Amino acid sequence: MTIVKHELKQGLVSFAIWTASITLLMMVCVFLFPEIKGEMDTMGDIFASMGSFTAAFGMDRLNFGTLVGFYAIECGNVIGLGGAFFASLIGISSLSKEEKGRTAEFLLTHPVSRTHIISEKLISVLLQIIVMNVVILAFSLGSMAAIGEAIPWKEVLLLHLAYFLLQVELASICFGFSAFLRRGSIGVGLGIAAMMYFLNLIANMTESMEFLKFITPFGYCDGADIVDSGKLDMTLIAIGILFTFAGIFTAFSKYRRKDIQ
Amino acid sequence: MNAKFFTLSDEKPMPPKGENRMDAIKINNLTKYYGKVCGIDNVALTVSKGEFFGFIGPNGAGKSTTIRTLLGLIRPTSGSASVFDMDIINDKEKILALVGYLPSEALFYPGMRVRELIKFSADLRKKNCQAAAARLCERLQLDTSRKVEDLSFGNRKKAAIICALQHEPDLLILDEPTSGLDPLMQKEFFDILRERNKAGATIFLSSHILSEIQQNCSRAAIIREGRIIACDSVEALSKTNAKRVNIQGTVDLGHLCGVRDLQKSDMGMNFLYSGDMNTLLSTLSTGDIQDLSIAEPDLEEIFLHYYEDGGAK
Repeated sequence: MTIVKHELKQGLVSFAIWTASITLLMMVCVFLFPEIKGEMDTMGDIFASMGSFTAAFGMDRLNFGTLVGFYAIECGNVIGLGGAFFASLIGISSLSKEEKGRTAEFLLTHPVSRTHIISEKLISVLLQIIVMNVVILAFSLGSMAAIGEAIPWKEVLLLHLAYFLLQVELASICFGFSAFLRRGSIGVGLGIAAMMYFLNLIANMTESMEFLKFITPFGYCDGADIVDSGKLDMTLIAIGILFTFAGIFTAFSKYRRKDIQ
Repeated sequence: MNAKFFTLSDEKPMPPKGENRMDAIKINNLTKYYGKVCGIDNVALTVSKGEFFGFIGPNGAGKSTTIRTLLGLIRPTSGSASVFDMDIINDKEKILALVGYLPSEALFYPGMRVRELIKFSADLRKKNCQAAAARLCERLQLDTSRKVEDLSFGNRKKAAIICALQHEPDLLILDEPTSGLDPLMQKEFFDILRERNKAGATIFLSSHILSEIQQNCSRAAIIREGRIIACDSVEALSKTNAKRVNIQGTVDLGHLCGVRDLQKSDMGMNFLYSGDMNTLLSTLSTGDIQDLSIAEPDLEEIFLHYYEDGGAK
């Protein structure tokens, strides 16, 4: 576990900043809720009349006046985007940073197999995502308790689980790309995350584009669907898990045979 | 230069004798193409255990490609190689456990302190090398509390040397090791290498600094445009039929064949001569010569000779 330890140490500052930022934004959102709830009578009409944007964010089906509805939309966007960017970032740089920083020559001339190195790097990526989600969940739940609302346990846990799976999927896909890249990796990572996010918005807005939900992991993170049905869409998640394993498999098969510069 | 060479040559480790000695490095027809660009072409080379071997060539000749293939960083296009009788692809980790590698350009993870880096390297080898590392740091005068990104080029090199040496490897592969080190440190570094070599370690020294090779190595190979063009003992490599002729006085060389690298000065001239000795002497006897020396050219000149002739020998 030498490399896991090393990776976590190397990524600590970035991890701390991302986790703190997302947690803080989530808390701010939750603390805004009591005020929003009071003004909901007037705001409801506005939100309902924004045309396709209303649909894009699922506001046509969720009630902004309830904590669960508000949380699914506002906080869903914060953890959805923030988490996706962070996961893509650590996934895409995990392998490629060794060649970019020209440290590959150092690391790979130690008696450690490439399989071993890839495994430990993957573990460290997953560990960071797990810890980040635990921290965010804990502070979100704490904030809900602090504003004196009853916590909608089931919906909140399902939402967080979905976003956790989304982050793992994006990180794994990026991890796969990471094995091929030497430079410009961060742009690729952020690009993948942003593209997936917008694909979901398009799928929500246009019925003919609904098939996009099968591609983007944001498809199974839709707050309105989860709150409505009280469960996760297992078909979409199964597809997501396939993408996850494809990314990991690609990383191993490419990086094990790669010529290192 | 030459005098220094001869005094030092007595101290040089002799190539190991004995029939059943294991080869430290054995390269068979190794070829590596980067796409369509040829890195190395049919390189064949054997380094015996315990040798201090030099690998000479200018930048881009294929030295680093050969080394990186041996270390498993890149895969050969064709051919094979073994280190201590272990295959470089199938037994890579076993080989790397016995090898210390000093890259030409030492770069490390930002934010780490030197001591953390040295510890990380030892941990990756699952070894405790604290005592050896401390000794090396003291000899090379490296402050281990500093951050690696704040180090000068030379000090980064020292950190890399410690990472390559602290586990006391059986084979040391050094890629242009002295660049960035000041002369005192270079001397200390080669002292350490000679000690390791005496203790049985094999040393593979890649360099374009010929005096380094001449003063330390027992055998050497010369690589040019991806091909080995010569491989022999350093003494034999230095002993070509060419001589360096130094004359004080005046003489008309006329149509003398085999004169190269002719340099004239007010006092006289000097040139490399590879023609018939009698013709040279009879030509010289026609001139007015105050002083004359005919000596073996040093490796630097041999090297130029190999390169100017396009390796055709």
